[in-house]
Amino acid sequence: MDMDTPRMGFFTDTSVCIGCKACEVACKEWNLVPEDGLNLTGMSYDNTVGLSADTWRHVAFIEQRKPVENPDALAMAAGGDLQWLMASDVCKHCTHAGCLDVCPTGSLFRTEFGTVVVQEDICNGCGYCVPACPYGVIDRREEDGRAWKCTLCYDRISGGQEPACAKACPTDSIQFGPLDELRERAALRVSELQGAGVTEARLYGEDPTDGVGGDGAFFLLLAEPEVYGLPPDPVVPTRDLGTMWRQVGLAALTAVAGVALAFGVGR
Amino acid sequence: MGVRRWIEGWPVYRQATQGDLLGRGAAAKSDGSARIEARTHSADRVVKSICPYCAVGCGQQIYVKDEKVVQIEGDPDSPVSRGRLCPKGSASKQLVTGSARTNKVLYRRPHGTDWEQLDLDTAMDMIADRVLKSRRDGWQWEVDGKRTRRTLGVASLGGATLDNEENYLLKKLFTALGAIQIENQARI
Amino acid sequence: MAECHPVGFQWVMEAKARGAKVIHVDPRFTRTSAMADLHVPLRAGTDIAFLGALVNHVLTEEKYFREYMVAYTNAAAIVGEDFVDTEDLDGVFSGLDPESRNYDVNTWQYEGTEVQAASGERDLEYEDKVSSAGRGEAHGSGGAAVDQPETDKTLQHPRCVFQILKRHFARYTPETVEQICGIPPDKFRQVAELLTANSGRDRTTAFVYSVGWTQHTVGVQYIRTASILQSLLGNMGRPGGGILALRGHASIQGSTDIPTLFNILPGYIPMPHAHGNEDLDKFIEAESVDKGFWAEMRSYLVSMLKSWWGPAARADNDFCFDYLPRLTGSHSTYETVMAQLAGDCKGYFVLGENPAVGSSNAKLQRLGMAELDWLVVRDFSLIESATWWKDGPEIDSGELRTEDIGTEVFFMPAAAHTEKDGSFTNTQRMLQWHHQAVEPPGDARSELWFTYHLGRIIREKLAGSTDEADRPILDLTWDYPCKGAIAEPDAEAVLAEINGFGPDGKPLSSYLELKDDGSTMCGCWIYCGVYADGENQAARRKPGAHQSWVAPEWGWAWPANRRILYNRASADPDGKPWSERKTLVWWDAEERKWKGHDVPDFVPDKAPDYQPPEGARGAEALSGTDAFVMQADGKAWLYAPAGLTDGPLPTHYEPQDSPFENLLYQQQRNPVRQVKPFKHPDNRMHPIGSDVFPYVATTYRLTEHHTAGGMSRWLPYLSELQPEMFCEVSPELAAERGLEHMGWATIVTARGAIEARVMVTERMTPLTVQGRQLHQVGLPYHWGPNGYSVGDAANELASISLDPNTHIQEVKALSCDVRPGRRPTGKARLELVREYQRRAGITEDTGMEP
Repeated sequence: MDMDTPRMGFFTDTSVCIGCKACEVACKEWNLVPEDGLNLTGMSYDNTVGLSADTWRHVAFIEQRKPVENPDALAMAAGGDLQWLMASDVCKHCTHAGCLDVCPTGSLFRTEFGTVVVQEDICNGCGYCVPACPYGVIDRREEDGRAWKCTLCYDRISGGQEPACAKACPTDSIQFGPLDELRERAALRVSELQGAGVTEARLYGEDPTDGVGGDGAFFLLLAEPEVYGLPPDPVVPTRDLGTMWRQVGLAALTAVAGVALAFGVGR
Repeated sequence: MGVRRWIEGWPVYRQATQGDLLGRGAAAKSDGSARIEARTHSADRVVKSICPYCAVGCGQQIYVKDEKVVQIEGDPDSPVSRGRLCPKGSASKQLVTGSARTNKVLYRRPHGTDWEQLDLDTAMDMIADRVLKSRRDGWQWEVDGKRTRRTLGVASLGGATLDNEENYLLKKLFTALGAIQIENQARI
Repeated sequence: MAECHPVGFQWVMEAKARGAKVIHVDPRFTRTSAMADLHVPLRAGTDIAFLGALVNHVLTEEKYFREYMVAYTNAAAIVGEDFVDTEDLDGVFSGLDPESRNYDVNTWQYEGTEVQAASGERDLEYEDKVSSAGRGEAHGSGGAAVDQPETDKTLQHPRCVFQILKRHFARYTPETVEQICGIPPDKFRQVAELLTANSGRDRTTAFVYSVGWTQHTVGVQYIRTASILQSLLGNMGRPGGGILALRGHASIQGSTDIPTLFNILPGYIPMPHAHGNEDLDKFIEAESVDKGFWAEMRSYLVSMLKSWWGPAARADNDFCFDYLPRLTGSHSTYETVMAQLAGDCKGYFVLGENPAVGSSNAKLQRLGMAELDWLVVRDFSLIESATWWKDGPEIDSGELRTEDIGTEVFFMPAAAHTEKDGSFTNTQRMLQWHHQAVEPPGDARSELWFTYHLGRIIREKLAGSTDEADRPILDLTWDYPCKGAIAEPDAEAVLAEINGFGPDGKPLSSYLELKDDGSTMCGCWIYCGVYADGENQAARRKPGAHQSWVAPEWGWAWPANRRILYNRASADPDGKPWSERKTLVWWDAEERKWKGHDVPDFVPDKAPDYQPPEGARGAEALSGTDAFVMQADGKAWLYAPAGLTDGPLPTHYEPQDSPFENLLYQQQRNPVRQVKPFKHPDNRMHPIGSDVFPYVATTYRLTEHHTAGGMSRWLPYLSELQPEMFCEVSPELAAERGLEHMGWATIVTARGAIEARVMVTERMTPLTVQGRQLHQVGLPYHWGPNGYSVGDAANELASISLDPNTHIQEVKALSCDVRPGRRPTGKARLELVREYQRRAGITEDTGMEP
């Protein structure tokens, strides 16, 4: 990574998401992502279902009854405990990115912004990256077989612009910026919400010690991650790759030494 | 391509020389990625506009390249919208450049079962003739003995998606023709 | 608001972050409710009962802002002895003529004053017709005429507005709210407390509404109730206050200001009605007022006539006033449909609108079009209004046969906003210019091009005509400069004409410069100033971040670039801001002028203690505390002595089609609603409380689509987000009717039957109304059979029954039935509707009573 470019990312604050889906459309318009099919799902207002090769931003809608903890009159009103959660999901741009680790062609690479991007001029459609993603984000496009996902608008941010989704977002639910700053802002927001009695407010993916080394795109959620369809404890499948390679390396060295010894002895 | 550049382009060389020993960063950057440029940057011009959907009036910037609209996004200068757009506003490029637009005049003759093509100038001339005939047929100098100087033969509907200047000409022309049944979406 | 105006909603979120409480009143739990502190579901069509109880609460608990109320409203005005309230006439006001279904508004007047319309030579027949044409809207930027009333500042006089108000709203209690609206008293009290605690010197509350309030047979009175509430609480003309209408089309405000509407001319000048021997002087005498800015109506109208007919408009020919066609009653879009069915209207332009989906009783719209000689549809794609003759629902049902339809149809492709110059007026009266980016493709043209060249060709064809009927078109000023390969008219030249020119040919800068002698020209007086100094003020784009929070140098707002109307009321009678926090404009005693963050909405040097001299007229006749400068008496009206057709005070009436009786009065429905002119076999009404139609349907929009779909259903990126028509029902209703989530439902009224996929959701709440459980059905109205994303149109279900002031249809509350499964097709669809009509005992007279 370029040392003078800070790592950039997304902080998606779902507590102010109004579920308008501007992010989905702005992403598609900018990145020329194809339409994903007409499918009325009945999953509340979510007719996109999930992230895929043809959907790089996905707004989840969850209708649920909130257990009444707060006897505050406002929350108590009849039916007032109905909660409609909305959250815009996106590629996490992991610190330890499984997709990137397994990509045999060098198509997936880490940019100077610390983001993880598929280079479509390299990708040969092998699909190794697909099962390597602990979030099920990266996906192959049926028409051309190549893998596609959010680039965090690599072209836009290279020119100093913010990603299309963050720019469009009417309520600033999607925030773009240096990851350090976003983490600070997010911590502040969580304590603010908790102070206001929103005890369910929590961050997801901001912890550098988690199974993917922290996400470049992290979230403020108002319920358990599973509620939003997010894995509670994602682990990069290649987490132990380094250790494995070290062992492989050691074994190889041993083998080489053995062979050399044999040759040496043979002489 | 010179040998030097060829060698420098070799990923293994780049891995070794650019500090990207694992070959997953700069060393893996493709030619395509190196050339990448936002089309908002490469556009020939940016035109200030306003979103055509609802009446909030969000600012838009239209990016034009080779006389084609290549991107529409929010105008950060707008005190109304601060650069933001809703899904409809964000879909404006598809609205104006999409294949769903019908860009030819179509004509259905009386009792016809399908569309036919028609030249724009011919259509304008035919419409003018029909306006004059229906205006004449529905003309009323008086109603119940009171002067009305009008026609009920011609009516018009629509205006809320149009510009003020367009509504002005519509009201002016149709009123001068004596038409009174001039309406728009204000009621729906 | 989050649902339909997401980008505007950012400011609500901003306010919320600063501690504002958000209350959302809506039958459904929407994306707005999800963000609100309090969601108040209510039975659709009962808002006056709810808002009226808030008025009652404010009055009985003395929560009003007394100083503001006494100074700036007509609370102290004394009403004439002849006025009889709904309290004493069981739901109707004095003056009702049940035969003609009109009110004689004379008895509603202030004591000792005369109603405007009684002046001059007007006869009763004329008044009947005028009334049915809806004069309320003709005063869109001001009130109707009244003289200065007698007042009692102690508010004790039994006939003062304040006392009348108290009596009128006394029966609107939390208990009636519970019975009528289905809102529990606890919840009602929460709203009342939040609202009143947040109103006064230091705090203001804003009301935001959309068509959920207007689309009723009593829509105007919904907004009136909110106006009363806001005036009592002192929330008008102040920052953070007001009543904000959110409108759904880019320039729907502009198309009302410069109206493509039948009953008004540019700037809300009424269209003249047919009347014996009426000339310009008599028209002005009858229509204008003595006080306030409407007193100068003659200058506004003469300047408009000069810009239309130029040199032909002279003082000796009444400036061509006779060239204006005359109305005889209402000629709204719905009367036009009836005129088409009757064979009177033979040619129809449909310009960027889709009545075959978007208008109430969509079927009647199509049947009307099938009677035309010709139809011109201008749009981006082949919308339903362009193709009904070959694939509309009536072709499927066999009611129409393509080969039998004689209508000639022209589809003319339209240019997009990126392909033309022009201005939109947004929902806050602000004009913003959009610049052309590229040329329109193929045959696509702007309406500016279409209208200008159509007029040019017509004038060429009529050249030399000696027919007097052709004079207005031949004398018309119609010589706009054109540019480019397609000869596009110069939109700025049109804007300049709208702005107007002085005697020296230079652009005017204010409507105060307009003269009634023909020396000035101005296409729309309220827009005068938009081209001041020869500059396109609507195209101003000083970044918001580089100017004050009012952002006066972005675009241009009418009138006179004011952003908050009646802002004189933001200061106390002495001219000092009511509080530091809520400062907007103030009187600078040293410089002896009004100053402010916004342009003061007051004569700049009129001191707070100014008293008009005897015999003063126009703006001069308003005192230094008459903050509501467009009103003839300078006051905010708690009681409307004139200007409305259906009562001086809001009254709860049940919707045209309601499953309930009116609990408050014997009078069931608005007695002067417009329904009788629309008696038609395909526009039948429901009996009161019919168990054949036990549910209430309400129509609405979704974030992902736009109105009747012409600009969204064809777009893949929007269609995939909401791919087809669905209805929203509660789990309880689903159980009651055997509806399956994502299965099909058929919704039936006396007008039609549509099918929709079923969305079972707890966001729909059954309510307890008059002791029984009421289910409501949510129906997005975007869909139709054409386009990429398709479905039945909700407007097939709605009737033509209208608000008498605005001619707006009641699509927000209609009783209906819901049954599982898809609707029948072909002839059977029609038979299903007929069967429902028979079961409910519906005749042509059902629901037609006053």
